[in-house]
Amino acid sequence: MSSSSNIVAMKKIVQQLRLEAGVNRVKVSQAAADLQQFCLQHAQHDPLLTGMSSSNNPFRPQKVCSFL
Amino acid sequence: MCDQTFVAATFGPCENCSTPSPLINIYIKSEPINYCSLCVEMMACQGLQKGESLVSLKRESESLKKKLEEERKKLCDVELNQVAEKIEVLGALSIKTRRVLKGHGNKVLCMDWCKDKRRLVSSSQDGKLIVWDAFTLNKEHGVSLPCTWIMTCAYAPSGCAVACGGLDNKCSVIPLSMDRNENLAAKKKSVAMHTNYVSGCTFTNSDMQLLTSSGDGTCALWDVESGQLLQSFHGHTADVLSLDLAPSETGNTFVSGGCDMKANVWDMRSGQNIQSFESHESDINCVKYYPSGDAFASASDDATCRFYDLRADREVAVYQKDSIVFGASTVDFSLSGRLLFAGYNDYTINVWDVLKGTRASILFGHENRVSRVRVSPDGTALCSASWDNTLRWATDFVTENK
Repeated sequence: MSSSSNIVAMKKIVQQLRLEAGVNRVKVSQAAADLQQFCLQHAQHDPLLTGMSSSNNPFRPQKVCSFL
Repeated sequence: MCDQTFVAATFGPCENCSTPSPLINIYIKSEPINYCSLCVEMMACQGLQKGESLVSLKRESESLKKKLEEERKKLCDVELNQVAEKIEVLGALSIKTRRVLKGHGNKVLCMDWCKDKRRLVSSSQDGKLIVWDAFTLNKEHGVSLPCTWIMTCAYAPSGCAVACGGLDNKCSVIPLSMDRNENLAAKKKSVAMHTNYVSGCTFTNSDMQLLTSSGDGTCALWDVESGQLLQSFHGHTADVLSLDLAPSETGNTFVSGGCDMKANVWDMRSGQNIQSFESHESDINCVKYYPSGDAFASASDDATCRFYDLRADREVAVYQKDSIVFGASTVDFSLSGRLLFAGYNDYTINVWDVLKGTRASILFGHENRVSRVRVSPDGTALCSASWDNTLRWATDFVTENK
């Protein structure tokens, strides 16, 4: 019956919301500070951010070998 | 209890089943309920907790939703870009396309890097899967599959197999063999079975388990060897278009996004939906975790990309511009998480400064929609797949002579 499935569906929604309401949350200022710290800590090791020099770049354009 | 004759003071649509009938006006815990006699009987037989009814459940859900909104608002003491004001502006990026991979006969829908940082697999609308060596442009394997629109593909962590799926409603695993003469399509093994198209797939930390998302609104975890369904994830109310596994240090969770405009975070072991985010205004096409695992980004048809922090349980940034009107189909972070690469339906890739919320660069080159962008495992290159039948990879490098 549609009424029983409505009630079952609503019960599920309410249960899910109760669960979500109980989650422990952190302030955005704290979370943002942590995100920023992660970025800055790893910035040196980010090749797309800092750029790689041609010598260590495995994708560099290949030089043609010539036999001497 | 038989249907007793009762004096009906009102006639109208029943609050439960909506059929017009004489209504029994009763009060449950001083709350007026106006149901038809059939619904009153159903309610009595349903074993509801004392005082519970559809109306009271509805009220509880409304008040819980409001409470959630208030809790989330309370924590919003500052914006991410305000916190980031003090850091240096990014220098100019010189990210340029170095190679174009040609070989597909139709739209390239998906690609994935291998953990060896040089191979990648791509899948196309023409039913072909190609494994490339990105350095040499050599096509190492080519598989022709009976189904067209291979919407998703993934490389196994060991590098010995690839998974793919799409309109055939299945996700299959194909072991890669060194023998070039072997017919790989014959060794294809169907692992996942959904009741609608498979939109996304990824191996978990080993070759043994596969996680899939589907147009049937569910995500599922499968055992590759036996094809058994280990866990299913229900909660989306429309097609699920994308999923991403949390980086391994942070445990067994994954995030999914779909046409119901919601992004849900799931616990893989229990199947429970732990957190849910609903702020996009249209379908979410792609979701990707931030490298630390504490946040994720999403790309949507509403032309924005958004950044959600899991510990603050809310959206913390929106990446948008008035000049960007086409939907975003894919996102990925650079290794440090400072850059967000997003592919759009206007053929471009916008590079966003994640912390400051501004656009750092635009990458041009594709001649049709960008369907997928992926940063290589060591962060040195960005690969993009497009409906123009090609893939391109780009790197940022400083030339020797300055």
